Amino acid sequence: MSRIIKLEVNGRVVEDLVPDNLLLVDYLRERLALTGTKMGCDGGECGACTVLIDGVARLSCITLAVAADGCAVETIEGQAPGGRLSPLQRAFHEHLGTQCGFCTPGMIMAAESLLRANPDPSEAEIREALGGNLCRCTGYVKIIRSVRAAAEAMA
Amino acid sequence: MSELLPDFTLIRPATVAEAVATLGREGAQVLAGGTDKLVQLRRGLAVPDVLVDIGAIGEMQGIAAEGAGLRIGAAVTLSDLARDPLARAYASVTEAAASIAAPGHRAVATIGGNLCLDTRCLYYNQSHWWRQSNDFCLKYQGTVCHVAPRGNRCRAAFSGDLAPALMVHGATLEIAGPEGRRRVALAEFYVEDGAAFLTLAPGELVVSIHLPAPAGPSAYAKLRLRKSIDFPLAGVALARTERGFDIALTGTNSCPKMVDFDVPFSPDDAYFTALEKAVQKAASPQRTTTIQPHYRRLAIAALAARTARALA
Repeated sequence: MSRIIKLEVNGRVVEDLVPDNLLLVDYLRERLALTGTKMGCDGGECGACTVLIDGVARLSCITLAVAADGCAVETIEGQAPGGRLSPLQRAFHEHLGTQCGFCTPGMIMAAESLLRANPDPSEAEIREALGGNLCRCTGYVKIIRSVRAAAEAMA
Repeated sequence: MSELLPDFTLIRPATVAEAVATLGREGAQVLAGGTDKLVQLRRGLAVPDVLVDIGAIGEMQGIAAEGAGLRIGAAVTLSDLARDPLARAYASVTEAAASIAAPGHRAVATIGGNLCLDTRCLYYNQSHWWRQSNDFCLKYQGTVCHVAPRGNRCRAAFSGDLAPALMVHGATLEIAGPEGRRRVALAEFYVEDGAAFLTLAPGELVVSIHLPAPAGPSAYAKLRLRKSIDFPLAGVALARTERGFDIALTGTNSCPKMVDFDVPFSPDDAYFTALEKAVQKAASPQRTTTIQPHYRRLAIAALAARTARALA
């Protein structure tokens, strides 16, 4: 079965007919061409597909597109309106939080969710918030440093 | 594009009665947070015609005082449960909730979903082509249990963290079904069979969880390789009672299990050694993970004794 959903994606209202069995990650990537959100595993294990739904970090690979009906969805593309890097993106760039880059969109969205709720997180809180995001390059030290630097830059 | 999910119709009932009526339809299954169910759909481990999304049912929401105890709606999310001020009196429960998966899962995963979490096994939680190349297994589509080929039942491990944490506090469940409502003690909700570990009849649904006043302090300890995401290799919940400790296990058997240990408390090494031995005896981990069962048994018993010392 298909149904019409209406949601906000990166501040833009979108109305679309989607089948019940379409995953949000596929909707974002295939229908809206927002390919910044990555698919890294076969279901909820790696965090690369993390997006914000109503401001909270969620895994778009285990979320149905129809479940986002009426919600505000934010992806990595929403971080840089007008091409200017967000504080988190700038911090990841300056503190080498990005290695191969595949996990970065998920890391940044999980960190964005953290910083909105807690603008001055401790290292333990950053580790907890990013606990579901895997970096295959194992660049965790610099990722944590980047999130801390973004928090300081935004203070 | 990810593997396509099987074709299903999503239904979002507003009441328990509507949900029960819908669940009575052929091929209908419950969808709560979907953090495990949708992965199962992707792997061909579930092929529902209808998914009944219980997220809009008001009766299944909320945490509220009930006499001296607590009522928790089955659709309460793990993140709400972990930080609820009333639930904090049951430390094993909030600790177990906070230990499950990662923040992105806990934001949607539910307490009812965790109590009904499908049993897990190295030979089961795999892609369709992986399982097919292994002639499937006894739990689903096959005839042999690869963990215990000479046995006649599925050995998959129950891996929910909340069940033992709630069991040591004497939790009961309210279940709605085609025959009406019933109450069951959580400890009697499960049976030791990895392929059929729940005593839910077709069309039944867990509506709420009920806790009496806490008898004493409690804690939950979890054995795993990483501190996040991982399911428990083994987990143990302990609650201090007037007499001693109530202890329950997860990850070690095909259902969560109360440990048979009735020794009256005494603050000496002999007591904690006896407690450790009792946990070793109750735990029956199988080759359902890549980590050796022997290690899981010894480690969870040691963790139980350590946690008991801290609580005593």
